[in-house]
Formats: sequence, C-alpha cells, structure tokens
Amino acid sequence: MSRIKVELHENQVIALKDICKSFENNPHELINVLHKTQEMFGYLPAEIQEIIAIEMNVSVAKVYGVVTFYSFFTMVPRGEHPISICMGTACYVRGADNVLDEFKKELKVEVGETTSDGKFSLNCLRCVGACGLAPVVLVGDKTYGRVSPEGVKEILAEYLS
Amino acid sequence: MQLRVALRNCGFIDPESIDDAIARDAYAALAKVLVELKPAEAIEILKESGLRGRGGGGFPTGLKWEIASKNEADQKYVVCNADEGDPGAFMDRSILEGDPHTVLEAMAINGYCIGASKGLIYIRAEYPLAIERLKIAIRQAREYGLLGKDIFGSGFDFDIELRYGAGAFVCGEETALIHSMEGERGEPTFKPPFPAESGFLGKPTNVNNVESYANIPVIYLKGADWFHSIGTGKSKGTKVFALAGKINNVGLIEVPMGTTLREVIFEIGGGIIDGKKFKAVQTGGPSGGCLTEKHLDIPIDYDNLIESGSMMGSGGMIVMDEDDCMVSMAKFYLDFTVEESCGKCSPCRIGNKRLYEMLDTITKGKGSLEDLDRLRNLCEVVKDTSLCGLGQTSPNPILSTMDNFHEEYIAHLSDKRCPSGQCKDLMNYVIDPENCVGCTACGRVCPVGAITGEKKEIHSIDTAICIKCGACEEKCKFNAISVK
Repeated sequence: MSRIKVELHENQVIALKDICKSFENNPHELINVLHKTQEMFGYLPAEIQEIIAIEMNVSVAKVYGVVTFYSFFTMVPRGEHPISICMGTACYVRGADNVLDEFKKELKVEVGETTSDGKFSLNCLRCVGACGLAPVVLVGDKTYGRVSPEGVKEILAEYLS
Repeated sequence: MQLRVALRNCGFIDPESIDDAIARDAYAALAKVLVELKPAEAIEILKESGLRGRGGGGFPTGLKWEIASKNEADQKYVVCNADEGDPGAFMDRSILEGDPHTVLEAMAINGYCIGASKGLIYIRAEYPLAIERLKIAIRQAREYGLLGKDIFGSGFDFDIELRYGAGAFVCGEETALIHSMEGERGEPTFKPPFPAESGFLGKPTNVNNVESYANIPVIYLKGADWFHSIGTGKSKGTKVFALAGKINNVGLIEVPMGTTLREVIFEIGGGIIDGKKFKAVQTGGPSGGCLTEKHLDIPIDYDNLIESGSMMGSGGMIVMDEDDCMVSMAKFYLDFTVEESCGKCSPCRIGNKRLYEMLDTITKGKGSLEDLDRLRNLCEVVKDTSLCGLGQTSPNPILSTMDNFHEEYIAHLSDKRCPSGQCKDLMNYVIDPENCVGCTACGRVCPVGAITGEKKEIHSIDTAICIKCGACEEKCKFNAISVK
C-alpha cells in the first residue's frame, strides 16, 4: 500500500485528543474512539493512530492491529463519492459480480482504490441487509437497487455533472 | 401458514414511540417477571418453553441462563448479539428497526434472572437506522423508568449501552464478540471457560441473539405451554427466515418450526423467477449447506437441517435455479470465509485458503478427479481442528454440494464442462452456421480479433484468442452466437 504522509494541524490534534478524552482514555473503548475519529477525519492514517496510541496509553502496534482487523476502518482516504457494491449471497446470485466488473471498467480502478481525481472510490461490502433489492449498490448514503451492468453508466453520470 | 411471534410488532407500531409499543404489551412481561416471579422461577418457565438460540447454534436458552445465574460474581453482564453478519440475512435488523423495545425488555428480564445490572448490545456499524432506533428506545425507556434504578419498585437495577462492531464476521462468535467489545481484535478464544463463567471484562456474561430475545416477552405473557405447543419435537416456536435469491417473493417470513421447504419456497415464496427450475436452497449462510429437490418435504427444524448436511444458522435462505453452478457457489462461500477468517488458528487461516484454491482450479477446468478426495479430506481436517465455529463449519458448503451435486463436480473435473454455463473459463462462444449471415458486425466489435470470416460468409471464433467478453453475442442481430 502506498504510504501517504499526513500533516496534522494543531486543532486536528486537539480534536483527536478530545475524542479520546470523551471515552475517558479507556483502552476498552478503542473501537468507539476509532469510529468517532473516522467519522471526523474520513480515514485513519498512521499519524492519527500514533496520537490515539499515546492518548489511550496503548502501543501503536495494538491500534494498528485493531484498525487493520476490521473492514470498516480504512487507512486510505475514500473518494468524494464512495461506491460500495454488496457482495452478499443474494446480490451475488443476482449478478453483483458483473456489476462490479462494469464499475471497475468504467472507473479504471480496482476494489479498494480511489480514482486519480479523488471523485470515486470502489469497495465491496458484505450484505447491507437489503436482499430484496439485490443486487445493491451504495453511492455515499444513497442506495440503488436491482442494478444491472447496463445501469452503471447512468449511476455514475448522476455524480459527474 | 405464517405465524408472527418474534416479528409480532414489526410494522404495527411506530418504532420510535414507546407508547405505541406499550399499547401492544411491551414491558408487561418485564413487570410480571419482576413483581410475581423469583429469578429461578422465571428461568424454569423459559426452560419449559423449549426456546433454543436463534443465532444458529440452537443451544437451549433457559439452560444458558441457568448456568449464568449460578456463577457468583460482583458484576455480571447481559449481551445482545446484533452482529448479524451472514450474507443474505436481515431478520435481526428488521426486529431492531421495527420493534426495539422488545429486545430491551427481554434483556432486562435476562438481567433479572441471572443477576446482572448491565446490558450491552453489540451491533454492526453497518446498521445506522437500527442504531438510531435503539438509542431512541433506550432514552425513552429510561424516561419511563423501565430502564435504570428500581424498575417497577422491585429493587432491580438495569441499564443498557450500545457497542459497535466494525465489520468482522467472526465477531458473531461469542468469545470474539466479547473481545471486540473490550476494544481488542475480534479473535475467538478457546472454550471453556465459557462466557457464562468468564466473559466481558472477565465477568460472567450471557450472550443471546436478537431473535432469541424477541421471543422471550411473549413466552412470559402467553405461557411456556403456548410456546411449547408450536413447532416440532425438539424445536419449539417459530423461525424467521430471510428469503432471497431467484425467488418471486423476497423478504422476511416467519413460520412455525416444522414447516417444509416446499411450503416456504413455492407457497410463501411464490416459486422460482421466470418459471425456471428449482435447483437448490442454501440455508445457514457460510456455515450451512445447499439442500436440493429431495429435501423439499423435510420439516424445517434444527435437527433435521443438520441431518441433511446443512444447518439452521441465523435464517438466511438463498434460493438458486438451474443457471447457478454449485461449484462456483461453494467457491463464493469459501472466498467469504478466507476473507473473514481472523487468522488466529492455522486450520482456518491456511486450510480455507487451500480449499478456495482447489475450488478455483476446478472452476477453471484444471482439476483432476483426485482433487475430490483431497478436497473432502481437507474439509474434514478444517472442520475437526479449527478453533471456533467459523472454521468448524466453513467446509459445509463444499461438503453439501459434493454430496448433493456430485455429478456437477465430475463434469467440471473430467469433461471440463460447467453444466450451468456459469464458469467463464469452461465455456466457449460459438457461431451457429445456420444463423450466421456474414454481416461482419461481430468481427468488428471483437476487442482481440478472434473472429474471422469474409463478408457474407460464415464467421468463426478462434477459442484460443477469445477472452469471452461476450461483446459479439450482444452485437449479433441474428442470434447466431451462443455459449457452449
């Protein structure tokens, strides 16, 4: 994975410390701290993990271990419009893999990558629990149901104008 | 045919209104238990009802509570497992979004019975609406004094907090779930000690699934006998299933235990889409198996499903038709397992990866018949030696498809053919000389120049060059190109 160097502003560091403090710097609350932090910063680069480790009084290795264990946490910034394709069984049976291929072709990125203009990032997720609408695609918070490979261009067009 | 017990209030109340819930008897069971019953008596009623864990394992819930109640400690915990990770299953989400108070009420009853004053709900971060509704429900219950100190003047204190998952399937396993709640990597640990003895922060902890909890208040209101009268021999009550896949009516259903797959798929589910032929139904998610035509008339319960080579699981039910390749299906599940294995124990970490690779080889037409024995052998090893339920059940999709669709594996291995036409590497695009008029449209659209032929003459595809993109088939106006 390419390593991005991140410079944190002083007020960002303060915000980060406040998050840790709001959970009483309790190591048992590490996952909640990471959720809050990702909500605020969008992702969890190494520099942020280092500060959290110091604040929570645990090793950086432990924070890194937890961040990389859970698929919800990411160390790379997501695109302006994160695209998630559901790869749950119901979606798979209804052809989600073809939809994914079409997104890869259109955006020229692989899963887990962000387009060079930073507009879209592509990810797979496991079942959003909307199996009745399979195959399901999420762009940001918006859900698209019964998506076909032919419909991919149309979805992307909504975000390109 | 359907019977709503766990889903009794979903869709009938405003889930953000505690008054709506109370109008439909929410917290009446809690009042009854706290005022009229001693913890041991309440546990006895639950044992008599015959309720078994709805998360998949099927462990008797009353017995679980009894064990947790007998362990002495200064602090105990009640945990609701809402980490619904099975792909294709969404019953817990529906209960939490549609009737959150029933879960809070059942957890409070659970707390009273085992002597715990704290409850935790471990919920997936992927379920934002369910989280929001739970937060509202907890706030309202506190305002009404239904959570907090001295509930119903009984001297019993109980409060509930939320803990969030972060996308790890293995956290549905109770020891992994507990580690995750402690802020650690969600890796399972060896049992014993069971959580009932040493769980969250080393204290006795009782973990139950959302759907199990949703059944509990009704059992206390209508009685153990009523609940016991529904269902089959050792499986009592109802089960919620998430019906999905190639079926006309998708969605949640709740049926009494003992209903047959045929009734579920063809009567409630309305049969297969486009009138195609039913091929298999996958139950139990990545831990379960594929059942076929011959299993359609078996009454669904915990024991029958295990005997048929699948399992109840949390209730996902994915229906497949004649176009679905069973080897690919097994590969799909193994891909899931490889991704979700936590990596702690080697049988699961390495074994599942090897199983996936073997299936991949088979779907690419590079396998040999000896692979079947190797595959089965490794499946058994992974099942027998993995640390937790994830690895102990992950080979089930392979074993059940090998047993029920043996001929399909043989076709892939000896004939290098995929009978359903789903394995791309095993299919070829061919031009039907009867229909080809030599318009050259296909040749022009082919990205790799695999199609040759003069104008107005029959064209042909060089299978050695063809990348099977399907562009020619799409372009042909004369239906002359097909997959063989």
